[in-house]
Amino acid sequence: MKFTVRLALLVCLIAMPSFASGSSPEKPNPAEELFRADQTSGHYGGNLSIGGRAEPKTFNPVIATDAVSREINGRMMADLIEINRASQQTEPALAKSWKISPDGRTFTLQLRKGIRFSDGQAFDADDVVFSFGLYLDENVDAPQRDLLVFDGKPLTVTKVDRYTVRFSLPRPYASAERLFDGLAMLPKHLLEKPYREGKFVETWSLNAAPSEIAGLGPFRLKQFVPGQRAVLERNPYYWKMDSKNQRLPYLDEITFLFVGTEDAQVMRFEAGETSMISRLSSENYNLLAHERDRTHAQLVDMGPSLEYNFLLFNQNDLSDKKLDGIARKQKWFRELTFRQAVSAAIDRDSIVRMVYGTRGVALWGNVGPGNKLWLNNAIPHPQRSLESARNLLKSAGFSWNQAGELLDPAGAEVEFSIITNSSNAQRMKMATLLQDDLSHLGMQVHVVPLEFRALIDRVFQSFDYDAAIMGLGGGDADPNPEMNVWISSGTSHLWHLHETEPATAWEREVDGLMQQQMITLDYGKRKQLYDRVQELIAQQLPFIFLATPNILAVADPRVGNFHPASLDPYTLWNADELYIRTPMESAGVR
Amino acid sequence: MNRKASILILALAALHLALLFTGFLAPSDPIAQDRDLPYAPPTRLHFRDTSGWHLRPFVYALQPGPDAYTEDRSQSFPVRLMVRGNKYKLLGLVPLDWHLFGVDQPGKIAVLGTDEFGRDEFSRVLYGGQISVAAGILATLVALTAGATFGVVAGYYGWIVDESLMGAMELFLCLPWLYFLLGVRAFLPLHLSAIRTFFLLTAVIGLIGWARPARLVRGIVLTARTRNYVLAAKGFGGSDFYLMRRHILPEVRSVLVAQAALLVPRYIAAEVTLSFFGLGVNEPTASWGNMLSVLQRYSVLVSYQWLLAPAVALVITSVIYGLLADALLSRLKFQST
Repeated sequence: MKFTVRLALLVCLIAMPSFASGSSPEKPNPAEELFRADQTSGHYGGNLSIGGRAEPKTFNPVIATDAVSREINGRMMADLIEINRASQQTEPALAKSWKISPDGRTFTLQLRKGIRFSDGQAFDADDVVFSFGLYLDENVDAPQRDLLVFDGKPLTVTKVDRYTVRFSLPRPYASAERLFDGLAMLPKHLLEKPYREGKFVETWSLNAAPSEIAGLGPFRLKQFVPGQRAVLERNPYYWKMDSKNQRLPYLDEITFLFVGTEDAQVMRFEAGETSMISRLSSENYNLLAHERDRTHAQLVDMGPSLEYNFLLFNQNDLSDKKLDGIARKQKWFRELTFRQAVSAAIDRDSIVRMVYGTRGVALWGNVGPGNKLWLNNAIPHPQRSLESARNLLKSAGFSWNQAGELLDPAGAEVEFSIITNSSNAQRMKMATLLQDDLSHLGMQVHVVPLEFRALIDRVFQSFDYDAAIMGLGGGDADPNPEMNVWISSGTSHLWHLHETEPATAWEREVDGLMQQQMITLDYGKRKQLYDRVQELIAQQLPFIFLATPNILAVADPRVGNFHPASLDPYTLWNADELYIRTPMESAGVR
Repeated sequence: MNRKASILILALAALHLALLFTGFLAPSDPIAQDRDLPYAPPTRLHFRDTSGWHLRPFVYALQPGPDAYTEDRSQSFPVRLMVRGNKYKLLGLVPLDWHLFGVDQPGKIAVLGTDEFGRDEFSRVLYGGQISVAAGILATLVALTAGATFGVVAGYYGWIVDESLMGAMELFLCLPWLYFLLGVRAFLPLHLSAIRTFFLLTAVIGLIGWARPARLVRGIVLTARTRNYVLAAKGFGGSDFYLMRRHILPEVRSVLVAQAALLVPRYIAAEVTLSFFGLGVNEPTASWGNMLSVLQRYSVLVSYQWLLAPAVALVITSVIYGLLADALLSRLKFQST
């Protein structure tokens, strides 16, 4: 008997660490103005493992630019106003409410009272003013800075009282409250000293001790093992609670394992080493779906993403480059009928079927059906027609020789290469399909797979390419993040970079419309302006839009409150609400 | 001639004949996509339908289903010999459209299934074999020609010529050739046509591989040049070129043949490796390497095993060449003892 008791005690002792790991949440107290998630329920405990492609570059959210760092830092940080990934609408976060002045230029935010950073120190307006100081400091060079500067003038932040902050914009800005999403609020008490000493950029590097890092997110750093994993533990002072007034998050820990490619992630998931994959290709989704009867995995198809894949012809100004071969071909690339013919010859349905296994949709414009608020439904969806493609080419003076090869008006064979990212199997496949589609028009197309950096260098710097297949978008549903693509001076105006002034009349019109929509506050009017932008783009085809994949994600059946969204971060946006179901609960779900 | 070697030579001849007459043996155009049939499994041959047994096998058309392809049993397509199909050039010269076997339109026979674009895997294995095996053979010729020349010159003249050539050879021997090839390919212009890529590849593979045969040849030449009949011929006033051609090269011949049998499969594998990494012949032209590269994707590897066909072909080819090299080497040893 004694032996059994001892054994039981021993078992309890061994099991203890797994229950007690992470810090236990503080009981909510009345002085704290917590956010109550009314729909959320779950229970405490558990560790969620997630496979990631690479390790983060930094834990400093102000200078992080790579997706992995952002994904991990995002769980440790919080913003004043957040975009709810499910509803795509803004909702209060660290700011419990805000008021906009009638001229749309002044925002007054009320902060939550009594809430604390993950190291237990209080959060107030000083932290907000300090954080924005960091984002706006040119020496820090935060990627978010561009968003906060309007016509060269930064927005200003003033502390009204301990829990009130006022933001003044130099000019009205549509849906300015969306700007706050992605601007993490940082602890002045930890970062002011290194900032004053000019060492801010080096702080919170991967070598930093977990105790030096504090944020307002649901988790805080527990351990980082280079090349292996980053472990986050519960922030015991987090400012959200669930429907039963329990402080979130439910999970004790989240472990990010650095496993490499998506295939490696799938294998780790199948082996039970990880519990979630944020973004799956359709091939791997179908593979996991085949095993669903055995694994009961939660596979979710969120429908079309906001990303758009497109074929891009090089229309850059090459006069100061020694690229005569490409300059000669630009006569075709700049010809609208040529681009229209290419677009008409592309079999988008087979791209959707063969590249995305029907888990995607064809695109004819930059806004796809995934973006319900901004999609212009009047954009036509012409079916593939080689006949009309040939007629278009004929009308532009192209002809065919005996062998069926396409000749330009000067009699030269139409031959060009499409570069694309060799590590992206889906775009490689699109390129091979396009090659075949265009061969029916007599065009000789070569597919050139390039390593990603080499591709970016050619498209952004050297302009040494004929055509490329790329993808953009996927960040936010709002038109404003698209400004840098469509405005002629934009940094992602890929088909013709560094335009000093709009090269064509329609680009001039788009410039005007995009500027106008940015300062229009009424949604209906903005939509009209952006509809016209979409119409112009679909007519002028600076990009030949191809297709967009669906957002596909998978989680272990034990993960509760798993609600992926079609905005980035697709699965971990509600990390504070995720919990691990007991075996009984999981069986019930099946 | 020993029997094993003759069987192997026959097998090898059959393999190369198949690759020469690929257009005739392959039922389909290797680059024609069938976008309704991606990843279709190998076509099943049937001998029996509702009306009973048939001597002539037939196939059914495939229909894409939600999970897998199903056979549409409403219409059968008998397999026929000598059918007309896509146009090709026999031996690269004679335009023809006859194929050894096939089925009537709109039926389709894919004995090894189809790839991700619905292209016939069997036809691609044959056409891809042309590229990969030809690359192996041509590269071997380049390597052996260079190797024999340098080996004979170094062995015959000795002294400084020997020292410098052997120094260069040592350098080539210690090159990590795969990385070197990857590097060389990265320097070449991007959009090369399939033919030019092919010749560049073979030249590069062959020129890197000259060192090993050169060293072997040199060893033989070193002993051969001191043989009495060579010295005698020299005494009678034979020129260097005459001596090398008439008396020394024949000594080397059998070694070169055995080396060739060893090197061909190695160089085929080199081409396959480079194309596998996307540095060889580009889509849509088939080569065993670029056909296998799709298997780098986990979902493909575990779901569509018939796409391993080029690997099987590579193994068979390598084994035949390897066994032949073995037989030739043991014959050499037998001769020398």
